[in-house]
Amino acid sequence: MKKIINEPQDIIEEMVTGIVKSYPDLVHRIADSRVIAKNSGAKQVGLISGGGSGHEPAHAGFVGNGMLSAAVLGDVFTSPTPDQIEIAINHANQGQGVLLIVKNYTGDILNFEMAKDLADMNDIPVEIVVVDDDIAVEDSTYTAGKRGVAGTVLVHKILGDAARNGSSLSELKELGDRIVAATKTIGVALKAATVPEVGKPGFSLAEDEIEFGVGIHGEPGYRREKLQPSKELAKEMVSKLTVAYDQKPKEIGVLVNGMGGTPLMEQFVFINDVLNLLLEENIHVSFHKVGNYMTSIDMQGLSLTFIDLADSTWQKALSAEVSTISW
Amino acid sequence: MNVTVKEIQAWLSDFAEVIEKNKDYLSDLDTPIGDGDHGNNMNRGMSEYKTAFEAKQPTTISDTFKVLSMALISKVGGASGPLYGSAFMSLTKSTKDITEITSEKQLGDLFENGLAGIQARGKATPGDKTMVDVWYSVVQELKNANLTKNSIETAKENTKELQAKKGRASYLGERSIGHIDPGAASSALLFQSLLPYL
Repeated sequence: MKKIINEPQDIIEEMVTGIVKSYPDLVHRIADSRVIAKNSGAKQVGLISGGGSGHEPAHAGFVGNGMLSAAVLGDVFTSPTPDQIEIAINHANQGQGVLLIVKNYTGDILNFEMAKDLADMNDIPVEIVVVDDDIAVEDSTYTAGKRGVAGTVLVHKILGDAARNGSSLSELKELGDRIVAATKTIGVALKAATVPEVGKPGFSLAEDEIEFGVGIHGEPGYRREKLQPSKELAKEMVSKLTVAYDQKPKEIGVLVNGMGGTPLMEQFVFINDVLNLLLEENIHVSFHKVGNYMTSIDMQGLSLTFIDLADSTWQKALSAEVSTISW
Repeated sequence: MNVTVKEIQAWLSDFAEVIEKNKDYLSDLDTPIGDGDHGNNMNRGMSEYKTAFEAKQPTTISDTFKVLSMALISKVGGASGPLYGSAFMSLTKSTKDITEITSEKQLGDLFENGLAGIQARGKATPGDKTMVDVWYSVVQELKNANLTKNSIETAKENTKELQAKKGRASYLGERSIGHIDPGAASSALLFQSLLPYL
């Protein structure tokens, strides 16, 4: 393992300190906690997200005016604990309640639900939007359901804009569930991530092998294959996403998300192929974005997210100005 | 049998030691079907329990369980923190006015409340390849006054052939078969540490 770190167990503490020291004009840390909060803002429903670390810039990079009120940072790939989430809730609540945006993993769900129970005891209204945009995993009663991946960032963005414009907690919950239903993601990995405290990659792929459908913690995907040109990858992923909608969408937003170890150069090559295919498919793209938004430490690979933009106000919300570290 | 706050505290302090010794074993079990950190996470929780125990010096069974549940909830993270935390939160409530536990049947009834806490939080049922499999078996065996090292071991080993239906392991589908569930293994350690005090 080759990483620019001090002690593996100090990474989160040192990263949190580094983030707030780098952007003191945007965010601050709530004392003695793993919570990064925005500096100020008008009164609104609080929006909180969080999860295990290792997905930077998610979620702290999306804290700021127009997106999240606060982010709670867990250990690497481990959900934050209810007491930390409760600190974020107490801080973000301005009397209108708090919405928690949670990626669908058992650990995250349990810890955020427990925090909601704690907030209930203090009479703070809290709702949870669960993001499960990864279409690689079957949603069945025999698994914990679909996983939450890069599409979460788009959920932050649209809800952040709605909250800023005065939507109520119940409106945001309802909107959040609709955004999640319209958002679908599929990933591909070339090389697994190495968790610093573990020191070795989470799974192994041969030099010429790729895996379709991997999650953001190196969970297995649906198929291993020989490496293909970007055009072929794009074809496979675009077709998977398109058929995942009941009705082929007419107008979409596209997010190409790097997993941490894949250069932007390759991501731009890939989105070029994606946009060409969508043009052929006659699907209009009214919003797109490329870069590292929901990473998996140093995993090589990327994910492709579609969001159905039949509701044209979502496109405006995605394009609205925000003051965050990383949007 | 006569289990008072003294035995409960001795049991939990033994359990903390056992977890520390078995940290790598639990994380290794978690590697093929989870994310390889169950031992480290549990150990973080139990060392917090030791610290909090020294600071708070609980004197009743209920208060001891409360210190334990808060330590696990605030330090373990992942799914195990809330699940173990919920179990001991339920036990905190159901031991409120209890100063001694005098039969295995009574202990079984109490652990049944703990099991209900886990199930209310995690929604798992026996056979889903989780910690519930061990807790369920232990509750039944206690009620029949039949809890032994062997019966606990068997409940743990039985998770090996099951397909996971809850948690991160469930994503593996059939590939989860052939591995012992790490939560079942840490639960087995919990109840094996209790045996000398019954």
